[in-house]
Amino acid sequence: MWDIILERGSYWAIIAVMMIGLYIAFSAENLIKRLVGLSLFQTTICLFYVKLANVANATAPVLLAEDMPKDAYRGEGVAELVHVYSNPLPHVLMLTAIVVGVATLSLGLALIVRINESYGTIEADEIYASDVKVQMAEDADAARTSGEVVR
Amino acid sequence: MTGDMMGEASTSIISALLLSILFVMGVAIAHLRNLFAIVMLSGIYSLVCAAWYILVDAVDVGFTEAAVGAGMSTAVLLGAILLTSRNAKPERRFARLGPLAVCIAAGAMLIYATSDLPAAGDPASPANTGVGLTYLQINWADTGVPNVVTSVLASYRGFDTLGETLVVFIAGLAVVLLLGFGERSLAETLRKLKKEDKVP
Repeated sequence: MWDIILERGSYWAIIAVMMIGLYIAFSAENLIKRLVGLSLFQTTICLFYVKLANVANATAPVLLAEDMPKDAYRGEGVAELVHVYSNPLPHVLMLTAIVVGVATLSLGLALIVRINESYGTIEADEIYASDVKVQMAEDADAARTSGEVVR
Repeated sequence: MTGDMMGEASTSIISALLLSILFVMGVAIAHLRNLFAIVMLSGIYSLVCAAWYILVDAVDVGFTEAAVGAGMSTAVLLGAILLTSRNAKPERRFARLGPLAVCIAAGAMLIYATSDLPAAGDPASPANTGVGLTYLQINWADTGVPNVVTSVLASYRGFDTLGETLVVFIAGLAVVLLLGFGERSLAETLRKLKKEDKVP
């Protein structure tokens, strides 16, 4: 039992934090708060990937002196490593994800600013109510004009 | 060996501490209604994430998270708050129950699925024995760059990074097209008109 907690506990903690981000994104009516929740969710997914790349008793994937032989020549092929390093590949993927995440966040915020210019609010339910009101008015207008044409 | 075990134990304790700080901060963000406080807390959240990345050997990711996640996204969010509003409306009572149920269900399913994952820190897990290990072994002879993350980012997966740059460029272009600058900007035009009319 204790082994399972030691082996999987960090995954569970990360999933709990992840679900908080998802909850904020679902429950918030305010669009900016919703985007903050999404970016929290995304950061936590990066945490999960990096945790999977971590190796016990390893060091950061920056080669130490023993693994950089002076006589190595280009294209030597696969070398045996003296030290244990963490897996560098998920780190690279998460670097890309963080930068793309900020790009999408700013795009979403630009859309929110534009919505605020048009509707005067960034609360999802007020935007919906405003949409309903405009649609009702348009329908009433259309009914009136078609009635006049028939007459 | 005992030194290694002590190191692992202290790493686990610090990791648990940082993750619980993240959890508390997430709960606080969910409860707050002041958008300024929410944005500042999300910046601190990114900073704590950066510290956690350093702890699990992802130094480059920690550096990027501190610079881009804590710095730039906080600045962008503050700009958006400046252009929209400072406070969120209080949420409707009982509107939280549905999302809460969905999140608890999703979390329970994910935790159930972790029983199939390799144990944390397992050097023989499929993710750690594949191409990641090969990059570590061939990097020095191929590129001569000590930092493997750098050489994978710019050399082995250079096209990936090129695509990322393209995505960032397109996102920036879309932001400029949406908001506009100077005469094309709606907010700017309205401000100018208001100033000219000298509305009482």
